[in-house]
Amino acid sequence: MNNKIVIIDYGIGNILSVKQGFQKIGANVIVSSNIKIIETATHIVLPGVGAYENAMNALNQLKLTDVVIKIANKGVPLLGICLGMQMLLDESHEFGITKGLGLIPGRVENFPLSILENEPIKVPQINWHELVPNQSNNNWQNSILSNQKQSDSVYFVHSFVANPSHEKHKLAEYMCGGNRITAVIEKDNVMGCQFHPEKSGTTGLNILKNFTSL
Amino acid sequence: MKRVRLISRLDIKGENLIKGIHLEGLRVIGSPSEYALKYYNQGADELIFMDTVASLYGRNHLGNIIKSVSEEIFIPMTVGGGIRSVENAIEILRLGADKVAVNTAAVMRPNLISEISNALGSQALVVSIEAKKISTDKWEIYTDNGRESTGIDLVDWLTEVESLGAGEILLTSVDNEGTRKGFDLELIKTASNTISIPIIASGGMGKYKDLQDAVNEAGADAIAMADILHFNRMTFASIREQSINSKIVIRKYCE
Repeated sequence: MNNKIVIIDYGIGNILSVKQGFQKIGANVIVSSNIKIIETATHIVLPGVGAYENAMNALNQLKLTDVVIKIANKGVPLLGICLGMQMLLDESHEFGITKGLGLIPGRVENFPLSILENEPIKVPQINWHELVPNQSNNNWQNSILSNQKQSDSVYFVHSFVANPSHEKHKLAEYMCGGNRITAVIEKDNVMGCQFHPEKSGTTGLNILKNFTSL
Repeated sequence: MKRVRLISRLDIKGENLIKGIHLEGLRVIGSPSEYALKYYNQGADELIFMDTVASLYGRNHLGNIIKSVSEEIFIPMTVGGGIRSVENAIEILRLGADKVAVNTAAVMRPNLISEISNALGSQALVVSIEAKKISTDKWEIYTDNGRESTGIDLVDWLTEVESLGAGEILLTSVDNEGTRKGFDLELIKTASNTISIPIIASGGMGKYKDLQDAVNEAGADAIAMADILHFNRMTFASIREQSINSKIVIRKYCE
């Protein structure tokens, strides 16, 4: 197979770790902000950490927003990681409203309040959590979570929550203060994980490997 | 039930992993990369690398170590010591680290905290606080790896760093560090009552019970361990097993 994974470099986030994660599993991976190179990818990765507005501005300035949308609409597998996952949605209500890529209907909002008295939610939420299937969309086969044991934990660090409009676009969640928090979203060839697969040990590397097999 | 991260803290001087008492009297342990890999393979949740002499020499020397281990280690890594600007922080993250820890430079110029937090996000910023007890419920902030007193009160400083955009706090008790006599529980409790961002307790773990107390009694969100791991008094496997037995929620780790 002649996979060519392209990690979109728009100056935001720890891209080296994502690249090294793909290298570790033997994938052919490059980091680029060049539109021509991005257009030849078999798989696209949109990383990201930090503030939503900064990230969308950076993507817009490099004229990559339309490129990403166009490639996603062509059916190329696209994986958003952390903030990159949140950017797949319509908009963020982080500090005022910022428009996202609109590839999956939904919005980014504040963490809900804890409904468990002895388990307050700390923000940023920095923790390893176990993935649980969404109740209406619990088929992990042929997804980035295929062969994933539900008991395995992955590493999350985020201050806002992705809320897709439709339950069917949530593939996995995690429990936090009694609430279900979106962990993995998926709509056809567009998918995103709130956690960092490149920082989630062997479990995370398997998720990256699953993505390259799509 | 509290969910807790188990972190290995690696204090480094030059090319060596070292361990001191009260952050002083350093003893050489071995190669930082070898120990980092060992703890990753044992199931550490995170690693913290501290350049213990960086503030003294004005720069962080951990670049090569981080660059080489980041090819093999796929868990979050924090790097601290000698970081005085957004540029320094970006340089460290480009080598494969996920977070930087700042102490001395932030005490000298608190706006460094908001600058890094705005540029890289609060998730990339750990504020490292070295606290020394001065009376029953008062602690003073130290810098330069426990060498310099500042006259700054702990509670004032915690409130300020949280409002400036710190993502989490690495809270080290200078009094208990390296002594194996347990964490300064009052210190951790005071901090967790003051701020709402996560607190990593550091300094003094001698036995498993100390971890349990720091979490259940004092409210620590994460535990940084050094001495207890370096001298093989406990391994991540044994700490995990005891955590599960005592109903502290940790990462489900399957080898």
